[in-house]
Amino acid sequence: MSSDEPGDRARDDAARDLPRRDDPALARTGRAAKDGVPDAAKAARRSRVARLSERALLGGSAVTAAVPLAALVAMLVVLVIQALPAIRYNGWHFLVGSGWNPGSTYSQPVHTGGILHLAGASYGAWPLILGTLEASAIAVLVGFPIAVGAAVFIVEKLPRALSGVVGLFLEILAGIPSVVFGLWGVLTFGPWLARDIYPALTHLPNVPVLDIFRGSTGYGEGLLTAGIVLAAMIIPLIAATTRDLLRQVPEATKEGAEALGLTSAEVFRTVQFRWVRTGVLGAAILGLGRALGETIAVALVTGSVLQSATNIYGTTTTIAATIVSQLDSAQTDPTGLYVRVLAEAALVLMAITLLVNIAARRIVRRSARGVALPVGVGF
Amino acid sequence: MAGAAAALSRPVGRRGREDVSLSRRARNLAWWSLAGVALALLVVPVVWVLYGVFQQAVPNWHWSIFTEVTTGVGGGLANALAGTGVLLLGVGVLVSVIGIGCGLYLAEFAPTGALTTLLRSASEILSGVPSIVIGYVGYVALVVGLHWGFSLLAALIVLTVLVIPYVSKATEIAIGQVPVAYREGAEALGMARSRALRTVVLRSAIPGIATGIIVALAISVGETAPLLYTAGFSNSFPTAQLVHSAVPYLTYATWTFYDDPSAAVKALAFDSMVLLVVLVLALILASRLVVWMSQKHSPARATGGGVRRAGRGRAGR
Repeated sequence: MSSDEPGDRARDDAARDLPRRDDPALARTGRAAKDGVPDAAKAARRSRVARLSERALLGGSAVTAAVPLAALVAMLVVLVIQALPAIRYNGWHFLVGSGWNPGSTYSQPVHTGGILHLAGASYGAWPLILGTLEASAIAVLVGFPIAVGAAVFIVEKLPRALSGVVGLFLEILAGIPSVVFGLWGVLTFGPWLARDIYPALTHLPNVPVLDIFRGSTGYGEGLLTAGIVLAAMIIPLIAATTRDLLRQVPEATKEGAEALGLTSAEVFRTVQFRWVRTGVLGAAILGLGRALGETIAVALVTGSVLQSATNIYGTTTTIAATIVSQLDSAQTDPTGLYVRVLAEAALVLMAITLLVNIAARRIVRRSARGVALPVGVGF
Repeated sequence: MAGAAAALSRPVGRRGREDVSLSRRARNLAWWSLAGVALALLVVPVVWVLYGVFQQAVPNWHWSIFTEVTTGVGGGLANALAGTGVLLLGVGVLVSVIGIGCGLYLAEFAPTGALTTLLRSASEILSGVPSIVIGYVGYVALVVGLHWGFSLLAALIVLTVLVIPYVSKATEIAIGQVPVAYREGAEALGMARSRALRTVVLRSAIPGIATGIIVALAISVGETAPLLYTAGFSNSFPTAQLVHSAVPYLTYATWTFYDDPSAAVKALAFDSMVLLVVLVLALILASRLVVWMSQKHSPARATGGGVRRAGRGRAGR
């Protein structure tokens, strides 16, 4: 069998390679006798060296294995310490209030509750939180069906060679830098949507759900555009995961369903989808987590206006976009409160994404016994 | 009798087309059409974005961007290109050491228990932390807190933390896929475990690990948010100083210059976008090449290699 032979060859390679480099038996019979060192002593030293080197490898890799945990803890500590004064100053207003005013830099800073701040400073992050959730929700609603549909088509209908090409497209889509997506969204895609697509959407029948598409369509920067651009960015993750899961569905179950006379669409609905649905759901939630934290593209495409969107086309912003676009001007606050407020915003964002990610991993882990989702790998 | 004979002579297995009702066939067709449309919707943005990048850059393109540094009124991107190169090199080295070590520990040494679960989840959670949050912490703690200023070291630390999970995961999966027979062979030869790890296990895992590192580099090339407040930007070439010296990089040029009133500066944004896309495409092709070569030279592991495809391997461990 041609499939066995290469494996044997590889094993032979390994076997041929090994004695040359490190074969205690060879060393003992060959050299040890010549320099007169007793075999036992030599063997003992050898095993001591081996033990030490294994210890070193173990210790070294254990230290590096602690890095992610240490980085995570350090980040949380820095954020909490940094945000504490802002949390005390803003209170619950930060989570539920609207209105974002860093205060007047021209008047004397004042103390409130022991915290120095600019007169009139008031931070309500609800528009940011809402914008983050809305844009990400649109991204998943738009991206999920496209990703799953495409994955099904790739697995079931595309010839092997072509599916490799589409795989390359997926990798490119995942690899395009978010600033490039952002510029495309703001210069090309957004204006095209506003000119050719959005006006048509406003003429959808005025019934519940569809009536969210009514109103002024703007110039292409805003919530819906941001959601669609985000969708393009999370599609590769969901599509690649779905494709890989679908390929693992046992052929026999499909053939069984086909033998019962089901059409291929019915086979997908009744058999394949049941095998993969939990993993696909997990991938969708991971995509949601990625959309929530996406920064640069969203900052470019939402319009970065610190307010809630007036309608689905309206300009707004997200937590991540606010941090990146406001950190510069935050440094002009002589009391330093504004920078700390951004730390509080970062904490809120981190809390949301952590919850989403943990939920996704729980779902995936529960479902995927023997089917490992390539979690967190963007390519 | 005749009816039974007719029934028997019908092909066994799949039912004839005429047996499937029209509405079911229509629904089948509709479903696959929708799936095909979805695939088209996936391919179109890729082509459109790539086309847009080159279409916007071509009229503005001038080769002097490779030789001139950025100036206030235009110039080139030589400094940004060099800075991105330095960042890539630094991240490549750091993430190779830390990421591979991390994956090696989790795959080989980690005892099953709460601590290992914690370490592994920490790595997974880290991969879900938004890059701007990591960047903000880098700014507050390193640039301001430790008085490093905009610096290479701060940028490297932030980027490395961002991509460690990818390399760690890739390493863990690649090691998990090394055939047990390889280890047994090494053991049968009386090889010490540490040497077996280095010469047999890690060596066979190289393609998977290399793909992980390439993914990490591609992410590093494309990141903007974590670098804006750690690397800063400068119009001169990056210096050898680790701290107190800002590092120019390509994504900054795209992000900052695109709405500049000066046409010469604006052109830099589009040119840097082309460089970014070309770099990422080159890295993707490199990872494909690694997978292809590993399959060619070691067909026994033909199903492994790629990071995504490697996902199956974990359960086998």
